[in-house]
Amino acid sequence: MASALLNFLILFPLAVALVIVLVRKGSLFPLVIYPASAVLIGASCLLVGLSAGGKPILIPAHFGWVEPVMLAVEGVVSAYLLFLALKQRDWAVSALVVIQSILLFGFHFGTGHSAHAGANLFFDLFSVVMGLIVGIVGTLIAVFSVGYMRDLHKHSGDHAGHAIPDNRPVFFGIIFLFLSAMFGVCFSNNLLWLFFFWEITTVCSFLMIRYKMDDISVKNAFWALRWNLLGGLAFLLGIIYLYHTQHTIELDKLLSLPKALVMLPLALISFAGLTKSAQLPFSSWLVGAMVAPTPVSALLHSSTMVKAGVYIVLRFAASLEGTLLGMVIALVGLVTFLIGSFICISQNDAKKVLAYSTIANLGLIILCAGIGTYEAVWAGILLIVFHAVSKGLLFLCVGSIEHKLGSRQIEDMSGLVIRLPRLAFMLEIGIAGMFLAPFGMLISKWAVLRAIVDYNPLFAIFLIYGSAATLFFWVKWLGKIINVEKPYTNIETGISRSQWIPMGALTGLTLLICALFAPFAVVFIDPYIVALYGHSMSLGAGNMAIMTIMLSMIGFFPLAFLNYGRGVKVSPPYLAGANVGELGQQFRDSMGGVKAMHMKNFYMENYFSEARLMRLGVLVTVVFLIAMIAIGGM
Amino acid sequence: MSWFSGIAYILFAPFLGGIIAGLDRKISARLQGRIGPPLFQPFYDVGKLFQKETLVVRQSQHLYMEFFFVLMVFSGAIFFSGGDLLLVIFAFTMAGVFFALGGYKASSPYSFIGAQREVLQMMSYEPAVLLAAVGMYMVTGSFQVAKIIEYPHPLIAQLPGLFLAFFFILPIKFRKSPFDLATSHHAHQELVKGITTEFSGRTLALIEIAHWYEYVFVLGIGYLFFASNVWFGLLMTLVIFELLLVVDNATARVRWQAMLGSAWVVALVAGGLNIIYLMWMKG
Repeated sequence: MASALLNFLILFPLAVALVIVLVRKGSLFPLVIYPASAVLIGASCLLVGLSAGGKPILIPAHFGWVEPVMLAVEGVVSAYLLFLALKQRDWAVSALVVIQSILLFGFHFGTGHSAHAGANLFFDLFSVVMGLIVGIVGTLIAVFSVGYMRDLHKHSGDHAGHAIPDNRPVFFGIIFLFLSAMFGVCFSNNLLWLFFFWEITTVCSFLMIRYKMDDISVKNAFWALRWNLLGGLAFLLGIIYLYHTQHTIELDKLLSLPKALVMLPLALISFAGLTKSAQLPFSSWLVGAMVAPTPVSALLHSSTMVKAGVYIVLRFAASLEGTLLGMVIALVGLVTFLIGSFICISQNDAKKVLAYSTIANLGLIILCAGIGTYEAVWAGILLIVFHAVSKGLLFLCVGSIEHKLGSRQIEDMSGLVIRLPRLAFMLEIGIAGMFLAPFGMLISKWAVLRAIVDYNPLFAIFLIYGSAATLFFWVKWLGKIINVEKPYTNIETGISRSQWIPMGALTGLTLLICALFAPFAVVFIDPYIVALYGHSMSLGAGNMAIMTIMLSMIGFFPLAFLNYGRGVKVSPPYLAGANVGELGQQFRDSMGGVKAMHMKNFYMENYFSEARLMRLGVLVTVVFLIAMIAIGGM
Repeated sequence: MSWFSGIAYILFAPFLGGIIAGLDRKISARLQGRIGPPLFQPFYDVGKLFQKETLVVRQSQHLYMEFFFVLMVFSGAIFFSGGDLLLVIFAFTMAGVFFALGGYKASSPYSFIGAQREVLQMMSYEPAVLLAAVGMYMVTGSFQVAKIIEYPHPLIAQLPGLFLAFFFILPIKFRKSPFDLATSHHAHQELVKGITTEFSGRTLALIEIAHWYEYVFVLGIGYLFFASNVWFGLLMTLVIFELLLVVDNATARVRWQAMLGSAWVVALVAGGLNIIYLMWMKG
C-alpha cells in the first residue's frame, strides 16, 4: 500500500503533466487540472494513513526500467540546456552542464556501474509532512494558476507593451512535473534518484522563470540555473565521493554512518541545499525569479524548490549536531536571516518584500539544521510547515491584488480594506501568520530562540536583531492596508473562483494550523524527533494554554467590528490647516492655497540599503562557504 | 503559576499606574521648580475623558485601541502570574502592534507618522528586552518569571550590561525624553500628540489606562533584576523610576536615527559583553 501510494504520488502528476502538454487546448485545462488536483490532494492526505513513524520505512522499489529512463532523461535535458545556454552565450551554465554530464555518465558507466541501492524509496514522518505540503499547498497553487494565467493573458502585455506569448500548456505541464519531482525528492532513499529529482526541480524552475520570454526573464532564468547547477554539481560530487569511500548511495546509510567518515559528502550536499534554498551568497537568484508570473513565485517560495533545499539540510541535522561543519552552516543561515530581514525594511515592492522574507525564513530553518539539536530540528520542521502555508497565501494574494490595482507597490495599497476587502482580509491573515503572536511563524521563532540560547547565546543576539526588523516591515505593510488616504470604492470583481478557492483554503489552513499546532506537533513532529534523539521538545502545556487563549482573543477581533461606528462621531482628520471638502483629504494652508495630504511609510534606504547589505552578506557568507568545504575535507 | 498575583495585577495595576503617572507629574514639576498638580490628577483627567464625546476619523479606529488595552492587560497578567518571559514579551509586542495599527487606521497624517515612529520605537527597544530575557535565562536556567524571582541572588550582579541596555530603552516605554517620538505627555509636543492625535473621549481614556498597566508591567521587568529581596527590589524599582524622570527632564527629544542607533548599539555592546561574560563564567 505504502509503495503504491508513493509511486502514485510521483507518477500521477507526471501523467497529468503529459496529458496537459498533449491536449494543448485552453478550454480543456480546467477539466484536466481541477479533477487531477482533487485526486492529488486526496492522495496526499492518504499519506497520513501510512502510519509513518520517526524511523524510515524502506521501500525497495526495484524497477529495471527506472534507471535507464532517468539516464536518458538526464541526457536529453543536458543536451537541451546546453543548446539553450550556448545560444544565450552563457558560458558558465554551458560549462556546468558539460562537467555535470561528464561526471554523471562517467560515474554510471564507469566506477559507479555496480552502484546499487537496497531501497530506492523510503518514508518517515518528516517525508510525510513534506509530502503533505507539496501535495496540498503545491496543488492549491496549481489550481490558482488556472484562473490567474487566464487573467494574465487576457490583458496580455506587460508594462513595456511586450506581448507575453501564451504558452499555458507548457506552463501547467511544468507545474505538475514540478510537483512530481518534489514528491521524488521527499521520498527518495537512493541518492542518485534524489539527485535526479533535484535536477528536475532546477530545470522546472528555469523554464518557469523564463516563461514571459522577455530579456529580463530569460536573463534571470539563466542566473537561477547557474547557481542551482553549481549546487547540483556539488551534490553529484558528494554522491560520487560517498560511493568511493563508503560504497553506498543510500540516504539512510549516509545518515547512520559515523559522522567523521561522511563529513565531505555532508558538506557538499549541504552546499547544494544552500544554493537551492537561496541562502547567501546565492540569494539573488530567488529575488530575480520574481519576474515570473506570481503562481511561479508562490510555488518556488512556499512548497517546492527552496523547500527541497532546506529539506535536505534539515535531514542531515542529527549528523551535523555539534560539528564545526554544522556551526558554519548555522552561521550562513543566521547571516542570511539577519541580512534578509534588514533588506525587507527598505523594499516597497510587495513581491520583493516577500522574496527577502522567504530568504530570511529559510535562513532560520538552515540555522536550525546547522545547530542540529532536538529543539532546533523540532523548530525547523515547524517553520517549514508554517512558512509554506503563509507564504503561499501571501503570494497568491499579492498576485491577485496586482492584477486589480495594476501595481504591487506597498505604497499603492492604501485603503485596500475598502477597495479589495476580502483580499485585504486574507493578506492580513497571511501577514499575521508571518510575525504576530500567537500565529505560526512566531511560535516557531520562539522555539528557535529557545534552541539557539541553549546552543550558543551569541547566535541569539543576531536572531533577536533580525526579528526586531521583521516586526517593523510587516507592521508598516499592515498599516498601509488599513490606512485610508482617499475615498475609495470597492473594485473587487472579476476574480475567478479558481483563485478564490485556493486563497480561501490557504487562509483557513493558516488559521487551522495555528489553532491545532500543538496536536500537530505531537502527531507529526515529536515521533520523528524522538526516533532521532530519544526525547522531544515541548513549549510547555501552560504556555500552550496561554497561546490558545490569545488566539481565541484575536479571533474576537473581527467580532469587535459589530460595534463598527457605534457610539462615535465622525470628524475630518487634523491637518494643521482648515479642512477643505467633506472628506478632509485636503486643507487650506496659511498662504490660502489648497493642498492635498499624503501619507508615506518609512523605508530608511540610507540605513537598510539592498545593494550594500547584499554585498556585505555575500562577502561574509563566501568566507563561510569556503570554510565549510574545507572543514568537510579535513 | 500564581494566578492570584495575575488577578491582583488586573484589578490594581491601573491604580498603581495612575499614581505612578501622578508622581511623575509631581516630581517633574518639582524638578522644574513648579508645584505641580495633585497626585491624583491623572485620575481626574481620565474621568473627564470618559464624559466626553468620542470623535473619530475612521469608524473602526477605536476598535484597535480597545484590543491594545485588552492585550496589554493580558500580557501583564501572564507576567505577574509568573509565566514564560518570552511569551510575555511576544504578547506585549502584539499589544504594541495593535496600538500602532490604531494610529494607522485613524488615517490622519499626524497619527500616521506617529504610528510609524511607534513601530520604529518597538524595533528599537525589542533587542534590549529580549536580550535581558536571554540573560535571565542563562543565569536562572528558566524563562519562567516564577522561577526567575526565586533565584537567591540579585540578578543585577550578573547582568549589569543587560540592565544598562534595559534602562536605556525605558524612556521609550514611558514615552519620555529623549525617546518620546511617537507621542508624549509633555507640553513641548511634537507632531500634535502623534499617534493619539485622532483619539478622544472614551478611547483616549482607555489608551491612558492601558499605559498605566504598561508602566506597572515595565517596572515589573525592572524589578526582576533585583528580585532576590522584595523590599530591596521595590526600593530599586522606585530608584529606576526616579532616574527615569531625571533623564526625562535633563534631555531633549532626539531624531529617530539617534534613537534606533543608540538603542541598538547599547544593547549590542553592553548586552553582548554581558552575555559573553555569562558564557565565560559557565565555561
